[in-house]
Amino acid sequence: MKLNSPLQAYKYLPGDNCGKCGVPTCMAFASHLIDRSLKLTDCTPILEDKYKPKLIELEELLAPEIREVEIGVGERVVKIGGDDVLYRHKLTFFNQTALAYDVWDTMDEMDIVERVNRIKDFRKFYVGEFLKLDMIAVRSVSDDPGKFADTVKKVLETSDLPLVLCSFNPKVLKAGLEVAGERNPLIYAATRGNWQEVADLALEYKVPVTLFAPDDLDLLKSLAKTFTEMGMENLVLDPGTFPSGKQLKTTFENFLKIRRAGIECDRGIAFPIMAVPLTAWMMHNDPVSASYWETVLASVFTVRYGDIMLLHSIEPHSLLPELHIRDTIYTDPRKPVTVDPDVYEVGSPTADSPFFVTTNFALTYYTVESDLSSNGIDCYLMAVDTEGIGVEAAVAGGQLTAAKIKKGLEDADFVLKEDTSHNTIILPGLAARLQGDVEDETAANVMIGPPDSGRIPGWMEEKWPPVK
Amino acid sequence: MAKKIKLSNLTDMFKDMDVEALEGVTIEGDIELDLSGGGGLDPALAYSLGHEAAQIAVHIANISRLLGYPVEQAFAGSMSAVSGVEGVAGPTRLKELIFSKFEVSNAEEWKHKIQEVTLGATSADGGTRKNTITIGGENALPYYFDAPMPHRNYVTMDVFDMPISMAKAVRTHYEDVMNDPAEWAKKNVREFNADMVTIHLISTDPLLNDTPAKEAAKVVEDVLQAVDVPIVIGGSGNPEKDPEVLEKAAEVAEGERVLLASASLNLDYARIAEAANKYGHAVLSWTQLEINAQKELNRKLMKQCNVPRENIVMDPTTAALGYGLDYAYTNMERIRLAGLMGDEELAFPMSSGTTNAWGARETWMVSSPLKQDSDWGPREYRGPMWEIVTGLSLALAGNDLFMMMHPGSVQVLKEITQTLFGSIENNPIDITNWIGEV
Ligand code: B12
Ligand code: SF4
Repeated sequence: MKLNSPLQAYKYLPGDNCGKCGVPTCMAFASHLIDRSLKLTDCTPILEDKYKPKLIELEELLAPEIREVEIGVGERVVKIGGDDVLYRHKLTFFNQTALAYDVWDTMDEMDIVERVNRIKDFRKFYVGEFLKLDMIAVRSVSDDPGKFADTVKKVLETSDLPLVLCSFNPKVLKAGLEVAGERNPLIYAATRGNWQEVADLALEYKVPVTLFAPDDLDLLKSLAKTFTEMGMENLVLDPGTFPSGKQLKTTFENFLKIRRAGIECDRGIAFPIMAVPLTAWMMHNDPVSASYWETVLASVFTVRYGDIMLLHSIEPHSLLPELHIRDTIYTDPRKPVTVDPDVYEVGSPTADSPFFVTTNFALTYYTVESDLSSNGIDCYLMAVDTEGIGVEAAVAGGQLTAAKIKKGLEDADFVLKEDTSHNTIILPGLAARLQGDVEDETAANVMIGPPDSGRIPGWMEEKWPPVK
Repeated sequence: MAKKIKLSNLTDMFKDMDVEALEGVTIEGDIELDLSGGGGLDPALAYSLGHEAAQIAVHIANISRLLGYPVEQAFAGSMSAVSGVEGVAGPTRLKELIFSKFEVSNAEEWKHKIQEVTLGATSADGGTRKNTITIGGENALPYYFDAPMPHRNYVTMDVFDMPISMAKAVRTHYEDVMNDPAEWAKKNVREFNADMVTIHLISTDPLLNDTPAKEAAKVVEDVLQAVDVPIVIGGSGNPEKDPEVLEKAAEVAEGERVLLASASLNLDYARIAEAANKYGHAVLSWTQLEINAQKELNRKLMKQCNVPRENIVMDPTTAALGYGLDYAYTNMERIRLAGLMGDEELAFPMSSGTTNAWGARETWMVSSPLKQDSDWGPREYRGPMWEIVTGLSLALAGNDLFMMMHPGSVQVLKEITQTLFGSIENNPIDITNWIGEV
């Protein structure tokens, strides 16, 4: 964005200090605009007609350096780009890298359906939500428009994930757009050879378009300039992902160059970048090596500026690390990583149900909570206020203590003697050394659970209910 | 109130300032730009004014549009001469590419060099290693085009002085050497291509075997005998025992320039620093994901313990993928950026306990403990990938040396870091038509 202090944004605001935006003053709101934690439309007064010129101007000044591009429609719409910084600690990265997995038009119908379903349904629980895959890329291998259209149709029938339509042949792309144009797919790709026809398609169907210029940044920028001049702003840049050796080193540098130029105000190149780790399959024949290398490339370009990527392996050993490294890089470093301290009910606990203790660090809490709930264990789970520190570090650092556990019980109005039939607390295995203290402080029985909450079901079989 | 400003006045007004753009200047009220004067116009200012005028034009266009004036048509008409726009009906179509040169500058703020640290000593320097290894020396983030990285990344593979529990995927590679640290070290170098080995003296932990320091030092001698690569010596992590253990180990390794792991704030770091100084070793300065603690410890090592700069490597802590890697990654990236920008207390090479990745349940559990999760697939494939991605992301953040465990992970991590470093040749692959060729 073009502004770097709240004061600069403040000048454009109504100045009423009415608080409708959820913070008390216009100045406070301005600082939220700068760190992008509130949206301009949260200030309803500025939407009034008399402020319209200011609104328009401010909107422009607040726009992120890297354009934001939308792909797809409705609930599954994917947004990419929109970044303002080169390093995540400077603010945060917005719009996490969109992961698109491929199907191709020489596949059997049944295989297409099966593969699309696997992509659509893949999920991994993490810190309170499911990590999921975002998109399907349909590749034309046959170069036959009819076949491509049929494949796209089958994919559309099977899932509502946004699409990337991949062919260098404009006729093939057109056939795909005839079927899927309404769903705002990303088309791939305009090149030095076909850009006019592809531009026509993008204009006709009003869809986002990828510009492909393998290792030629001048060409890439020229394409971008030409397309913007023709009125297209929804552009994605593919500088080519070469899978190995010096070519890969150059690819890496190209990503750095494009993003640095974009953030440092070269509007002409400030678009989301596409990586194609799928090219790993051009250098490795055996699927394990290829999928490993593909995931390696995916990780490199998740860390360094890939906003969308096309991938092939849908084996869990690829998908899990790809989802996690993306989450790692896009987790907002400003976000509190805690849950509210309390005694929570998991399932429908009764007085005979076990009472577990954990910390209020979100990663810990959700891991434990999901281990319990997914195994159908009805119980109480207490999140102790450890200031957002996990079990082991909190025991070492003094945030998880007997006194804290006692206070947690009091604050939650939970009386072990009355609310349970067993008056027993189960501590995490890694907090075993608190056992004696907790017994003294709470006058309850204290049991030590396993070190990893994933092992609680096995532990229950052996140890629960406690023998009187 | 209309106010008339001549460009020459403007130039005068701004001539004492270093004006690059009229940023922050809003032009209030009605203005008229008198262009007829011409003379005395500073070109930089002219450019800025052009920019500002364009902004004003956009602004006015927006207002005009609101008032219902057909702005697009007006603009299309006046701009067509410049850009070769065909017509105004419908979207514009161009016949020729508008050439636009790509340019980007180097990062100006990276003016300082990361300290170089050499590990190992050959006979020329009073040691018995076949080769030495130098890390650090960067002038830019890793693999950036701003300045080439002087040294590649290196991997030191773990050896423990007693059998320990480890993930099955890892254990299968070490079952035959688990009881013999010297053989274990040899295997790491010969079969797994380790650049260095780390001997972890964990049996010295009072809660484990409480092996006396003197006995532990013998294992160090065995390892030095068995392999001729530079080595790292690690304690058990017990803050009471480690200083004594590392002192003894440093003594028997005199002259070999090992890396002593670790000095930390929660133990008597001065003793470890002293041992390193006395016997000519480097120190690993280990803190727990906290940039200020890292500065503090480095400062203490330098100022209070007189450890020379060329003997300090940092370990700012590695948390596994999915288990705090977001902290670990950003912590390292911030440390490296601070070093490059001149923070002398942070301008040291870094080491990562990448093996920590094997603590993540995704590496060792047979399947997900959660029924709602999709199938996790075989852990034999999952585990190594976890170690690779953990290490790789830290390589990108600035880490130099990797402490690792799985031979497959080591191989892949080396392949990618050396590719990005630029030392791996390949047969060029033509990706022009990749869509149909996979
Ligand atoms: C990230 C981290 C930090 C982060 C913490 C961030 C945070 N929000 O928690 C920071 C940088 C702040 C930190 C600081 C410190 N840390 Co620290 N840290 C780690 C690290 C790398 C990962 C911990 C983690 O997040 N694990 C993942 C979470 C999910 O695990 P968890 O909370 O334990 O939950 C699991 C189990 O406990 C169990 N569980 C949880 N609840 C329950 C409940 C029941 C009933 C049951 C049965 C099981 C169960 O299941 C969960 C899933 O597996 C570990 C090393 C490592 N690789 O493990 C060191 C580690 C925990 N830290 C350690 C230390 C010493 C510290 C410091 C004291 C260092 C210092 N000298 O300053 C400080 C303390 C700071 C403080 N408390 O104020 C030591 C602890 C050693 C010990 N056993 O005493 C460790 C093990 C590193 C080491 N090897 O020395 N640390
Ligand atoms: S809603 Fe708008 S006018 Fe009211 S305080 Fe917030 S920013 Fe100011």
